[in-house]
Amino acid sequence: MAIKREDIEHIADLSMLNLQEDEIVEYTKSMQEIVEFATQVNEVDTEGVDISAFALDRVNVFRKDEVKASLDRELVLKNAPTSNGEAFSLPSMAE
Amino acid sequence: MKNIYELKAHEIRAMYENKEITVPEVVEAFFGHIDEVDNDIKAYITLCKEETMQKANEIQAKFDNGEKLGLLAGIPIAIKDNMCTKGVKTTCASKMLENFVAPYDATVIERLKAQDAIIIGKTNMDEFAMGASTEHSAFAITKNPRNLNKVPGGSSGGSAAAVAGDMAPIALGSDTGGSIRQPASYCGIVGMKPTYGLVSRYGLVAFASSLDQIGPMSKDVEDNAMLLSAIAGHDEMDSTSAMVEPKDYTKALVNDVKGLKIGVPKEYFAEGLNEEVKESIYKAIEKYKELGAEIEEFSLPITKYALPTYYIIACAEASSNLGRFDGIRYGYRSEKCESIKDIFRNSRSEGFGREVKRRIILGTYVLSSGYYDAYYKKAQKIRTMVKKGFEEAFEKYDVIITPVAPTVAFDIGAKSENALEMYLIDLYTVPISISGVPAMSIPCGKDKEGMPIGMQLIGKHFNEEVLYRAAYTYEQNA
Repeated sequence: MAIKREDIEHIADLSMLNLQEDEIVEYTKSMQEIVEFATQVNEVDTEGVDISAFALDRVNVFRKDEVKASLDRELVLKNAPTSNGEAFSLPSMAE
Repeated sequence: MKNIYELKAHEIRAMYENKEITVPEVVEAFFGHIDEVDNDIKAYITLCKEETMQKANEIQAKFDNGEKLGLLAGIPIAIKDNMCTKGVKTTCASKMLENFVAPYDATVIERLKAQDAIIIGKTNMDEFAMGASTEHSAFAITKNPRNLNKVPGGSSGGSAAAVAGDMAPIALGSDTGGSIRQPASYCGIVGMKPTYGLVSRYGLVAFASSLDQIGPMSKDVEDNAMLLSAIAGHDEMDSTSAMVEPKDYTKALVNDVKGLKIGVPKEYFAEGLNEEVKESIYKAIEKYKELGAEIEEFSLPITKYALPTYYIIACAEASSNLGRFDGIRYGYRSEKCESIKDIFRNSRSEGFGREVKRRIILGTYVLSSGYYDAYYKKAQKIRTMVKKGFEEAFEKYDVIITPVAPTVAFDIGAKSENALEMYLIDLYTVPISISGVPAMSIPCGKDKEGMPIGMQLIGKHFNEEVLYRAAYTYEQNA
């Protein structure tokens, strides 16, 4: 299957990424190689095989719903590019 | 007499017990050596000098007062920069998190602190742990301390180089498809990827959640077992954490492999494996035979499909996990934003490096409509088959031995232009990741140029002890 430039542009759009021209060229080429390689999985007969989401068999892990200290708001907001001291803030914009 | 910075963790501990050395002396010796060599090697992104000296004095005072201290009291440790450390930057070697200071400690960090370990710095890595050479860091390329023209492996290349370069006696790495084992092999140290779920992932920046696992890196098997004992065990903050009690893995350090059944899967020694690597591993297998282990060759054919399966699953999960980087709550935000979409798109496009974007695109592709069944679902089914293949093998064998990587450490720049070629390095390590079984890399010789060769010991789920026993026996008799 051929990966085309438009495929990369479409996938980048879905991924919320803007690509530069050289990136589009590079990814079109490398994705072609990688996808071809990945297509090998179709050689395997998986009829009747269940999927595994991960390696262990645990499902639906519950814990008690207890009130515990949450993260320190000041420390959390320090990492935000902008905040008003109480919450994350964004530049005002109308769409 | 060795320099202090050349000592292993258990040697430092013994010297503390005999009052032959103080904690500030040890910490100063390591920082002194780091200042001397890390300009060239670049193992560290961040050093915690100030906090560390204060902590060293506190622990020394406790030693002097005869207070009871933890398992790792006064032992310096390096941490891969994708584990959250409260008050110290956690960058994932990405421009995206260049200034991120976690508001909490990862569970492994809490546990190390509870054992009185001293965190001396955060180590370089491939950006978001995506890579096999530590060349994909946004900040620097780490060099292999055994030969500065070679890569240290990756993605935990900084942690491996810190230990191999005597800049920390022990370190933590993380392993998604080989990121502890392969750099350990390239740098000639010991690295353990524990069973999936044995060590909490709370506070580990997620790459592929169903595969990521934190593990110990060290100069010898004893230190490795000691460090795993400090970090393993159930954590309710991680819903994939297994219900296992903490154990003392050093009890498994028995110098005896008589009667141990070792399987050697022939697919791991086929075309593509470097001759010198192959020879070294066969020699090690001979050694095990001499020491009384029973060796048998067998076939694990599904292994061939583990590599494409791994890249489908890992990239799919990465594309979803990295969706959280939106430029709003933490991380990089682009200056050029006129709409909410601009914030997302421009921040991600400018904040992520090339390999990270490639994997997000690949992951989004295999999850997108029309391809989901052919790739992602198919890979999830093959995961079941690979797991079953190992389960059946472990009905017959206690340990499986394979190479860690097809070659020794390669030259810096040799593979960085071709993504697929870089992915092929993970051939022998990813089947283990997919199965969730534990595996460790231990040194088993050097090639003609003096570069270390590693062998991989694989065990069944939650049987890290048998790996430590086999590794320790080889180390003591090699």
